[in-house]
Amino acid sequence: MIWIEKQRNIIDLALSSLLRKSGKNLALVIIYTAIVFILASVVFFISSLKREAALVLEASPEIVVQKLVAGRQALAPESYIDAMRGLRGTANVRGRLWGHYFDSTVGANYTIMACDDDAQLAAGTITIGRGMARTLSLKKGDSMKFDAYDGTSVDFKVGEILPYRSELVASDLILLRSDGFRRIFGMEEGSYSDVTLQVANRKEMATVAGKIKKLLPDSRPILRDEVLRTYEAIFDWRGGLLIVILCGAVLAFIIFAWDKASGLSFEERREICILKAVGWDTSEVMAMKLWEGAVISLLSFIFGIIGAYLHVFYTSYFLFGPVLKGWSVLYPSYQLIPAVDPYQLAALFFLTVVPYTAATLIPLWGAASIDPDEGMRL
Amino acid sequence: MMKTRKSDIFLVVLAVGMYLVIHLLLHSYFSFRNNGSQISERRSLVEKYGLSDLCLFTDSQYSRNPALTDLSAPFQDHPVSLEHFPSGMLMPPVGRRTYDLD
Repeated sequence: MIWIEKQRNIIDLALSSLLRKSGKNLALVIIYTAIVFILASVVFFISSLKREAALVLEASPEIVVQKLVAGRQALAPESYIDAMRGLRGTANVRGRLWGHYFDSTVGANYTIMACDDDAQLAAGTITIGRGMARTLSLKKGDSMKFDAYDGTSVDFKVGEILPYRSELVASDLILLRSDGFRRIFGMEEGSYSDVTLQVANRKEMATVAGKIKKLLPDSRPILRDEVLRTYEAIFDWRGGLLIVILCGAVLAFIIFAWDKASGLSFEERREICILKAVGWDTSEVMAMKLWEGAVISLLSFIFGIIGAYLHVFYTSYFLFGPVLKGWSVLYPSYQLIPAVDPYQLAALFFLTVVPYTAATLIPLWGAASIDPDEGMRL
Repeated sequence: MMKTRKSDIFLVVLAVGMYLVIHLLLHSYFSFRNNGSQISERRSLVEKYGLSDLCLFTDSQYSRNPALTDLSAPFQDHPVSLEHFPSGMLMPPVGRRTYDLD
């Protein structure tokens, strides 16, 4: 009880000391909160995307086989599909028709894909992603013109618009029947963009891919694990999105901590010496200064974390919008499901609070151990 | 009347803040549990149409489909060309996918 009462008295004094320099300390809390906010926003955003990518792409094709000609992807012939159907362990071998379509009127790129299995997709109609509908102000029943490979125009009616929840995977997607696809791009029957297949035994995916490569030496099989690894790499802390956005924040924090570590002001030094002169010992002075640092860092940490959570999951990460948008005309807008865990909070705490505390303690140790008489004469 | 101490105000603010942070953790946990339908809706779309990529960037073909892109696509104009599209800055180059056949 006595210890608690003593700490409360020290906190009272620490708060009074902070309030004496309220302008400076408020600015400090604002900067500190902003740094925690940016760091936490990036961590929350990336971890949420990473988890969704892993869960959603688990359902993607197990192996995608591309045909390569002179190091570039070329159309896969029907014989590719027949050859792979003959391999033991393969199932559901299908040619896929997909590509990109550049809409010169709005300057947007769409992903266009043929799908003959969808019963709702009638000839002459398309199903479009929500992002596309938003960008082009299209609604069900509207018609859309495509410039075909031969310079003619092909008209399609919008039959369906994919739901908002699908935007993360299909914001720019156009689905149509294969005859429509071939009409736009001039692709002959029996040629496909690539081939997808399933493997009966998941443990044998690499073996089957090896067999495909041996059977069709000009092919490039891409395993689902590799697709997942690509996304791991994009969201990895060592590279990609995270590092670019983090760079600025980390640099700012280093400058900030360095400035703090480079020494105490004359007033702070005098305050410590007066406390020592009236009977405080070094450990009590250190405790008071530690509480001052703790008040600033804990409040900034809490405000920053709460702000980041609201920013990423309730305001659709609007601050990252311009960075993510780049030159995209059609920008997917998706609601992320929070993926925050105690480990992330602990990592953020050690990334922000610990360096700040260390940066304030080092010069303090020197100042708290000097002789008060000598200190006040400086 | 007893005067409220500054330390009491601080400790109350700290307790409320900590409660809110714990609440965020619980909110995150339950949001994931309650939004299983959103994930399964996206999964079924991926499965139904055989999609292999997320729609994160739409400005260039190789950042729209990073998992399937031609390895040389980002450098198609010159082997050491500077990145052209802003999204390329946010995405590291995709590593080699070739595997040992032996």
